Amino acid sequence: MRLALMADIHANREAFDACLEHAAGQRIDQYMLLGDYVGYGADPGYVVDRIMDLCAKGADAVIGNHDAAISGDTRGMNPIAATAIGWTRDQLNQTHQEFLGGLPYSIDTDGRLFVHAEATDPPRFGYITNTESAARDLHESQANAVFCGHVHMPAIYGITATEKVMRHVPVTGVPVPLPRHRRWLVVLGSVGQPRDGNPDACYGILDTVKCEIIFHRVAYDIEAAAQKILAAGLPDFLATRLFIGR
Amino acid sequence: MKAQGLEQGAVIDGYTIGQRLHQGGMATIWSVTHPDISSPILMKVPNLFEGEDPAAIVSFEMEQMILPRLVGPHVPHFHAAGDFQPQAYIVMERVEGQSLLGMINDLPLPVDQVAALGADIATALDDLHGQHVVHLDVKPSNLMRRPDGRIVLVDFGLSRHDQLPDLMAEEFRLPYGTAPYMAPEQVLGIRNEPRADLFALGVLMYFFATGTRPFGDPQSLNGLKRRIWRDPVPPRTLRPDIPPWFQELVLRCLEVDPDARHPTAAQLAFDLRHPEGVRLTQRATKKKADGFFTALRRRFAGERVRQVRRGAQSNYISSAPIILLALDLSGASDDLTDGLRQTVARLLRAAPASRLACLNVLKLARLAIDRSVDDLGQNKHAQRLGALKRWAAPLNLSEDRLTYHILEAVDPAAAILDYVARNRVDHVVIGARADSTLRTLLGSVSAQVAAHAPCTVTIVRNRAFGQDEGAASAAVS
Repeated sequence: MRLALMADIHANREAFDACLEHAAGQRIDQYMLLGDYVGYGADPGYVVDRIMDLCAKGADAVIGNHDAAISGDTRGMNPIAATAIGWTRDQLNQTHQEFLGGLPYSIDTDGRLFVHAEATDPPRFGYITNTESAARDLHESQANAVFCGHVHMPAIYGITATEKVMRHVPVTGVPVPLPRHRRWLVVLGSVGQPRDGNPDACYGILDTVKCEIIFHRVAYDIEAAAQKILAAGLPDFLATRLFIGR
Repeated sequence: MKAQGLEQGAVIDGYTIGQRLHQGGMATIWSVTHPDISSPILMKVPNLFEGEDPAAIVSFEMEQMILPRLVGPHVPHFHAAGDFQPQAYIVMERVEGQSLLGMINDLPLPVDQVAALGADIATALDDLHGQHVVHLDVKPSNLMRRPDGRIVLVDFGLSRHDQLPDLMAEEFRLPYGTAPYMAPEQVLGIRNEPRADLFALGVLMYFFATGTRPFGDPQSLNGLKRRIWRDPVPPRTLRPDIPPWFQELVLRCLEVDPDARHPTAAQLAFDLRHPEGVRLTQRATKKKADGFFTALRRRFAGERVRQVRRGAQSNYISSAPIILLALDLSGASDDLTDGLRQTVARLLRAAPASRLACLNVLKLARLAIDRSVDDLGQNKHAQRLGALKRWAAPLNLSEDRLTYHILEAVDPAAAILDYVARNRVDHVVIGARADSTLRTLLGSVSAQVAAHAPCTVTIVRNRAFGQDEGAASAAVS
C-alpha cells in the first residue's frame, strides 16, 4: 500500500495542486493529510474544498493547530499567524468551518499514528525539532511509527537497538527504509510553506510493503501564490518567505 | 528470530538452504538455490542470540539498507532481503573467485603485483564512493577477485551511506572496524570520510609488500589511537628493494590527516598504474619512523586529533576530478591548442584538487610494424612527449597534478575511450579538428569520444571569424 503524506498546506493552492498532480503519477492508494490546511496562504476555501473532496473519496485527514484556531482561539499564536487566521476565518463558509472543526486529532492504523504535531498530547501541538523531543514523543507513545508535520522541515528519527535516538535528514528522491522492528518518527516537510531552505513543495510517500518512505520536492508557481497573498492584504512576509523557503 | 534454527533443506521465501559456507562472528552464510535464479547465490543470516552484541543486529540492518542500493561489478548483486520476523536474511550473488585472505600466506609479494592489486581495489572503492558509500572495513577477507580480475567489495555491515540514516553512528561508544586497518578518523568515530578507505588500502598494500602490518593488531582503544600520533616504519626500511614511488604512495595513504591523502580513490588508482608520473616527496626517501620524542609531543599536543577532525569534512567526489586532455598534434592549429589550454586552465582553477592527464595517440598502421618503423616510432614517441610538455608548460602545474601519456593505437577514438574507462576519468577535453576530407571520410575522433565516453566531454572549437554568419546554419539545414 502506498500512502501520500501531505502536511502544512497552509492555503497554498498552487503548491497543493502541484503536489496532487505529482502524486497522481505515483500509484497512490491512499491520501493521508496531516493538518494545517489553512492559515498564511490566500486560498483557504479552495484548499479546504479539495481536502473535503479527497476525504469523500477515502482520504484521511487530521486537524492542525491553524485549523483548530478557526473555530477556537488564537492565543499562543504569533501576531502574523493570528492575523492570517482572522483573515482566513472570513474566507471560509459554515461547511468549511464545520469540516475543519470535526477532524480528529490523530488516526491510528496498523501501529502507525498520523498526527499533526506531537503524538503524546496532540491538542497541545508541541514541536518535534530535535532528538530530545523526538525521544520523548517516541518513548511515551505506543505507536510503532509516528508521522507528523508542524515543523515545516523534513526529518526522520529512529530508536536504535540500544534505545538511543538518531536523526536523519532525508535526501529528496532517495527512499529511506523504515524497518518494522524499529520505531520511527517521521516529520514531513511542508507542502505550502517550506522552511528548510528549499522553496519547492514537499510531501512524502510511505510504502507499507517495502517499509520505506520517500520525500519528493515539487516546483510550483510561487510567484502566483505570493501575489495572491499580497493582494489579499496579508502580511508581506508570508509572501516573500515562499521564495526562499525559510 | 534465531539463526541457529536454520538447517540444510529448509525453505525460506522460496530459497532452499544448502551448504553452510561460513560461520562468522556476526553472521552465517549459506549456499541457497531458488527455482527462478540460475546463477550461484548465497544467503547471509545474522547471528541473533539472547544478550548478543547489538552490533551484530545493527550492522546486519545497515547491510540490508545499503546493499540493495548498490550496483555494478564491484559489489555482489543483491537479490532479496527478509524482515526480522520471521527470519532476517539477505540473498545475494555468490561471487565466483577467492577472497584475498589466502594471499597472506605468501607475503611479502612483489611490489608490481601489490601495486596492480592496489589499483584494482582503488578502482572498486571509487565506484563505491561514487554510489555514496564509504566501506569502512576494507581488508583482505572483504575483498574478492572475480575470474576476470575485477575486485568485489563484500560485507557492508560497517559501511556508511551518506543519504541513509546511520544506525551505527549513535549506537556505540567504541569505534567499529578491523583494528589493523582502521583509519585514524574512524578510530575517533568519524564515519563519513571516504578517504578512510584509502587509509585501509594503504595498510593492506604495506602489509602485502612487506609482510608486516604497519600498526600491528592492537586490542585496546588506546592501542588503536596510537596510529594518530605514531607513524609506521617506512616500508623501504623493511624491504630495501621497494621502489621510492611505492613508498611514496603507501605512506601518503597512511597520512593521519585525510586531506594529505589522495583526494579520491580514482586518483590513487591512477598513480598506482602510472608510477613514472608519481611526484616523490620526503615520504619516498624517509628511512625511519619519526623519533620517539616527536611522536610523544604529538600525542600530548592534541593537534593531530584536531587535524583529523578538520580534515575529515570534505566535499569529496566532485572536487577532485581527473581531467584528460586529448591533444591532436598532427596539424592542429595554434589557435586551437591555445583554446584547449585556456579551457583546461579554467577547469583546473575551478577544482584545486583535480589532476590533468595529457594524452596523445600515435596512430599505427593496421599492419604489423617492421624494425625500421619501430625505430622511427621510438623517435616519434619522444618527439610527441616533448610536444605535450611544451603544450602544458604555460599551465604552471605542479608535477603531482600532471602526467603525460602517449598511446599507440590503430583507432584513436577507441584508445581514448579505453583510457577514460580504465582510469575513471571524470572530464575529457578534446579539440575539434577543422573540416577536412579526412574527417569527412573517417568521422571525427572528438565526435566518437563525445558520443561514447561515460563522463563529461568538452569539445573545444575555435570561433570562426571573417565568415558568413549564414554559412553554418545553411550547412545543417
